[in-house]
Amino acid sequence: MIDTSAARAEVLRRIRAAIAPAASPEAIDISWQAIERSYRHAASHDREAILELFEDRLRDYDAGVYRCAESEVPAVIARILTERGRHTLAIPEGLPVEWLPQGINLVLDDRTDIAAIDACDGVLTSATLAIAETGTIILQDAPGQGRRAITLLPDYHLCVVHADALVQTVPEAMRALQTTASLATTFFSGPSATADIEMTRIKGVHGPRFVDVILIV
Amino acid sequence: MSVITFDPTRVPTFQVAAKDLLGDSQLRKNVRHATGVIQNKRAIVVGEMPDWQELRESGRQIKKHTLEHLDYYLEQFERNCTAAGGHVHWARDAADARAIAIDLVRQSGSDEVIKIKSMTTEEIGLNTALEAVGLNAYETDLAELIIQLGHDLPSHIVVPALHKNRQQIREIFMREMNLPNLGEAPQDLAEAARTFLREKFLRVKTGVSGANFLIAETGGVVVTESEGNGRMCLTLPETLITIAGIEKVIPRFQDLEVFLQLLPRSATGERMNPYNSIWTGVHESDGPRAFHVILMDNSRTNVLADEEARQTLYCIRCAACQNVCPVYRQTGGHAYGSVYAGPIGAILTPQLLQLEHGQSLPYASSLCGACYEVCPVKINIPEVLIHLRHKVVEQDTKGIGVLNPENLAMKTMAMIFRSETRFRAAQRLGRMGEAPLVNKEGWVTWLPGLLGGWTQVRDLHSMPKQTFREWFEERGKA
Repeated sequence: MIDTSAARAEVLRRIRAAIAPAASPEAIDISWQAIERSYRHAASHDREAILELFEDRLRDYDAGVYRCAESEVPAVIARILTERGRHTLAIPEGLPVEWLPQGINLVLDDRTDIAAIDACDGVLTSATLAIAETGTIILQDAPGQGRRAITLLPDYHLCVVHADALVQTVPEAMRALQTTASLATTFFSGPSATADIEMTRIKGVHGPRFVDVILIV
Repeated sequence: MSVITFDPTRVPTFQVAAKDLLGDSQLRKNVRHATGVIQNKRAIVVGEMPDWQELRESGRQIKKHTLEHLDYYLEQFERNCTAAGGHVHWARDAADARAIAIDLVRQSGSDEVIKIKSMTTEEIGLNTALEAVGLNAYETDLAELIIQLGHDLPSHIVVPALHKNRQQIREIFMREMNLPNLGEAPQDLAEAARTFLREKFLRVKTGVSGANFLIAETGGVVVTESEGNGRMCLTLPETLITIAGIEKVIPRFQDLEVFLQLLPRSATGERMNPYNSIWTGVHESDGPRAFHVILMDNSRTNVLADEEARQTLYCIRCAACQNVCPVYRQTGGHAYGSVYAGPIGAILTPQLLQLEHGQSLPYASSLCGACYEVCPVKINIPEVLIHLRHKVVEQDTKGIGVLNPENLAMKTMAMIFRSETRFRAAQRLGRMGEAPLVNKEGWVTWLPGLLGGWTQVRDLHSMPKQTFREWFEERGKA
């Protein structure tokens, strides 16, 4: 490996020559605290309005949206899969067994085999958090969500989100994620998309082209 | 695969390049269409944010604060990334960064890499350098793939192939992917790219990326994207190499709450782009087993040292200024002779080249200020443009430059403007001098020499028979 310690010293020297003399970590912390943050960082809507906003945003991204009670989850999953014509689902470790319907092929991810995941025609996961204003779902390497590759390779993602994991704004979400900030984290907002050709939004390039979301209320 | 890059020592001045490109009506149509669509989408999603101005102000303040303590935050990032299993390397310039990257690719045991769209790797001409030593780089972003397969150059920061329309893209894919029956619907073209790249994602063992943000507090790296090609390159390879400019660091994880609102709405006119990935070092049985970050200066510290221009480094590469710029919208990106085109390119490129090249770029603007208005981190681009013009003039009038005609003309003008008598005499002289050039309708349509620059593209109204002062004095007498 190339030793870059001389380059490191040189770059830091140039920076120090360019800016004001170094401040103490405490002074830097005080300066960071003083940054003006008068943007919205709390919910302004009531529960039902936030749920509706989230559903609306997801539909806008062309994702399917289903609202149900926790006990109805297996039946709703079974119905969606029949409609979608999907038979083999990858699942991560730690997904609640009471969600799983009978009669579908489940492939439990062993965190090493990529080909087995690529061969599935869908993936089923839970989620850490969701943001209503942007229609975003946040996945982390946690039980029920798994490693990043499983929600990437299959062409279809069915995601189950608890309504109490739903926040209205981006700042609420980032503050809730602070304690688990170092986990591998993926935000997804609808299916994979591109607008690289004449700015026409096309659904699906490399990530899942089809996304359904079940909201447990 | 042949690769081309912008060579600052050989590109023509903006004014010369623009003249040629303005003749390409297809290009102008493509650029006008694409930038128009993004502008409208941006206006809608920005309009629904009641706190947009507050977010811009916070974004500006976070960037300003970070740069004022850049050494502290870079060292903090290095410590935390290393503690999480990553390796941090430092590069003084583009040559350093290329050498480190080549060495790391070789060590990974692979002779090919898959790449996420990265302006920083474009800036240092990484693909050319890899190819020169027998390493193949595959661009995986749809637009970058179009550029690479078309042996073309990027013309926009977010949508690098925006100067190509669907028929042109179809021709490139038909030829390079050997698909004689390819349709021209965007869906067909995206499907072709999906199939073409899928095998590479699953096979190639080394990935190269840029970074949108480096988080000092956690040592984490953030990449925002749309297609999922980024996620493929970040998670499937065994080795990941991230190349980032030193200005990409932000103090804390919480600061993302500002930038993850500003960036997608400004860049693609979406409330959130389809994918954001955040990773911290190496994750147990999830993604690459070896992770490297190259922190690159490449003249950024020169920009940092210039207090009036320092704000250039606030840029989060959203390209909103390009989409709104009346100059960029006419010429497209290639006229700027740099991977960074448009208003941000007009201030960033000459500074990265330390004003040894790119001196024509600060003049590639009408100073209308639209770029400042849309900038999500409030970079006062017109102010920096004027500052750089000043530096260019200083450079041009040094030594023998004192004798250059423009300098002499300006000096003469200053001499005339300093005295009322001289000013009045000049007005009288002007009226007499212009007489042979004024046509029947009272317009001057041709001027000689240097002044011809004005009449080449617009007419000049003849001077009035009487100035306001003359009229006022006469009136007083009567």
